[in-house]
Amino acid sequence: MKTWIAGAAMALAAMAGMAQADGHGDYPERPVMLMVSYGAGGATDFQARIVTMTAGNEDALGVPIAIVNRPGAGGRVGWNWLASEADADGYTLGAYNVPHFIAQSIEGGVSYSTDSFEPIANWGADPAVFVVGADSEFNSMEDVIAYAKENPGGLTFSGAGLFVGHHIAALQLEKAADVKMAYIPNNAGGAGAMRAVIAGEVMGGVNNLSDAFRAQNAGNVKILGIFDTERSDFLPDVPTMQEQGYDIDNASVNYRGVMVPKGTPQPIIDHLAETVPAMFDNDRVKSRMEAGGSPMRIMSRDEVIEMWAAREETLKELLAGL
Amino acid sequence: MDFLFYMGDVFSPINFGLLMLGTIGGLILGATPGLSPTMAVALLIPFTFQLEPQQGLILLGAAYTSTVAGGAVSAILLKIPGAPANIATTLDGHTMALKGEGAKALQLSFLASAIGGVFGVLLLIFLTPVLAQWALAFGPSHLFWLAILGVTVIGTLDSSSVVKGLLSGCIGLWLATIGFDDIMGAQRFIFHPAVSGGINVIPALIGLFAIPQVITMFTKGRSSDDAEVIGVKKHPIRLAVLEVLKRRTALAIGTITGSVIGLIPGVGGQIAGLVAYDQSRKASRESAKFGTGHSEGVIAAESANNAMVGPSLVPLLTLSIPGSPTAAVLLGGLLIHGIFPGPDLFMNYPQVAWTFIDSMLIGQILMCIFGLYVAGLAASVARVPHGVMAAVVLGLAVFGSYSVQNSMGDVYVMASLGLAMYFLERFGFSAAPLVLGLILGPIAEANFIQGSMIADATIGKTAYFFTGWLNWLLIGIVLASVGYSIWMELMHRRYTTKDDAVAKEEALS
Repeated sequence: MKTWIAGAAMALAAMAGMAQADGHGDYPERPVMLMVSYGAGGATDFQARIVTMTAGNEDALGVPIAIVNRPGAGGRVGWNWLASEADADGYTLGAYNVPHFIAQSIEGGVSYSTDSFEPIANWGADPAVFVVGADSEFNSMEDVIAYAKENPGGLTFSGAGLFVGHHIAALQLEKAADVKMAYIPNNAGGAGAMRAVIAGEVMGGVNNLSDAFRAQNAGNVKILGIFDTERSDFLPDVPTMQEQGYDIDNASVNYRGVMVPKGTPQPIIDHLAETVPAMFDNDRVKSRMEAGGSPMRIMSRDEVIEMWAAREETLKELLAGL
Repeated sequence: MDFLFYMGDVFSPINFGLLMLGTIGGLILGATPGLSPTMAVALLIPFTFQLEPQQGLILLGAAYTSTVAGGAVSAILLKIPGAPANIATTLDGHTMALKGEGAKALQLSFLASAIGGVFGVLLLIFLTPVLAQWALAFGPSHLFWLAILGVTVIGTLDSSSVVKGLLSGCIGLWLATIGFDDIMGAQRFIFHPAVSGGINVIPALIGLFAIPQVITMFTKGRSSDDAEVIGVKKHPIRLAVLEVLKRRTALAIGTITGSVIGLIPGVGGQIAGLVAYDQSRKASRESAKFGTGHSEGVIAAESANNAMVGPSLVPLLTLSIPGSPTAAVLLGGLLIHGIFPGPDLFMNYPQVAWTFIDSMLIGQILMCIFGLYVAGLAASVARVPHGVMAAVVLGLAVFGSYSVQNSMGDVYVMASLGLAMYFLERFGFSAAPLVLGLILGPIAEANFIQGSMIADATIGKTAYFFTGWLNWLLIGIVLASVGYSIWMELMHRRYTTKDDAVAKEEALS
């Protein structure tokens, strides 16, 4: 009996030692890197810097998180790197943008898919909205669709590029209203797309809620509808697309969060999945995000896994026709 | 006169300290190859978390102005332009440094920068509402014609031969097609993951300019033990001031071109310097001297790239649309403090907004003072032996290319383009037209495709690209530019043989 206990104790000690040797026991020991696949100063980069600023606190990771930008090709460069070259040791995290990376993986030509990454937590959700210039004749989505029906393919509207949230929203609108419109992807991103609307180069546009909110406050645009299932706290007066009679869900909402490459040890994933959502749920972070006009939506790892799967299904169906 | 009312705030001890910090730090960051103004400002944003909004913006404003001017230091002394804005500065500035006039070139560049910069900020203060309309006036068709105007500069930019200038411009245009096409979603010429995001301008810039230099320096260091040491002539600041005042045409062309072009979102900052350089050469009575270390070249290029700083913020401050990558970073710095730029920015946050603008005004002057102070010291870089210099430049080139996107791929791109450029230079091709092609290619292409998509959905391509006074004006300038080049070509036939190129190379380096 005594030998059995001694043996068990030794086995336990050995296991604990092994865990220590793998480095999971006291993870993290050194600063962690968060790869952002867009340039410094963009919305994703800006928000990533805010939500990780408390990482060094004792109740969070206990070590600072350094943001490293790997921009290029609409995010493909950074995500390719994370999927194929990054070390899966828990010290390399990546920021994701859904639906962008899922749509790109369905389109092809990249070396990642949802299976290449393990989600950790979601911090924000920025829905797309439909905007028109302040002096536009359109005052509701009904006006827009009526014009599009009269002039098939003649209604020009801008967005941030192909296979991003704006493009998905545009496809959904065309499908739900059964019209043909001219989507003009802008090479200067959301800011360029917004400029095209304000300058009157295009008749309307799909843009981020946070940017459109600022532009509306500045008196430059009217916001006609939100591509989400519920209204936003920032814009309580703007109806959703569903309320206006178009069957459009939240597939184009730009979710932002943290993920790690596949192959990261499970104990580290569990540790991060536990601490990271709590780190986002910090008063200082929340007040900064609100001041910047960035809507927050904290989701746990399990919720994100579900959201990714649901998104992939919708997008496959939507993009199949292209 | 609100800006005068808030001027006092800039001089409170903490604010002024931050202004000095931003200016000196900005000059150092700007002088480091690869650290563009955008990156310098992005690096500083986390520091502003802890500061009051007003103080944070003073730091960012001062850093922005002085990094743009600091880029001239490496452009003149090492022939590595810190950012696309400084390409034109290398053309005459580095030649001056080789002749031992590095101190003079630096003094001229800081003085011209300050004059251009102050003018640009004054435009921002007094004409913002008018300028905002101008910034919106440029749609895809106009940006397309503007890019074509830039292409017409390519042929004349290289002073030795039109054909070779055009050829290297074509190489640049071809390089620009590599990577993902944002508008059609096509993948083009991606033969290696390092180029999947396209050729980034900064590593290309560093490679094309620095690597041929490095190779030349290494070969020289070997060939003779007593490699001639360039004497650095002392140059009194008084003479530099007189020189700048004497070159009024170049200064005026640089300042005006810079502030007008700088205003156009997405295009301005990168080509303002080159366009100003080209225009002032065409207007100058001593146009033959351009490219051989002529002071007008430095003055025009540097006044243009700093004049662009103020106007480039107009779309951000009035319309809440960032017109350049740096402005996008500044937008982040504003938002983090809960400040929403827009037409009522100056009503809601006058203290922050005006102090920010004032800090850029005072920053220009501080930048000039510090710049003049270090010019004499910095110019002695030319005395460093070739072998050592080559090693330092090579180190900076690798560091600068890597730091842009934290990517080793960019270092390979830099090295291979640089190696290719070494051989091209031996045959009389030069780097500036190539880089211009690389910058203009995507602008011309993206705007042409966007414009065609809009045109096809509405009024048709011909009507879209060929009507409207702004289109006509731009087409007119393009035709005038081409016509002038042809006329010049017929008047003085310019061509370069391989022997001429080698002789020129050896005379210079």
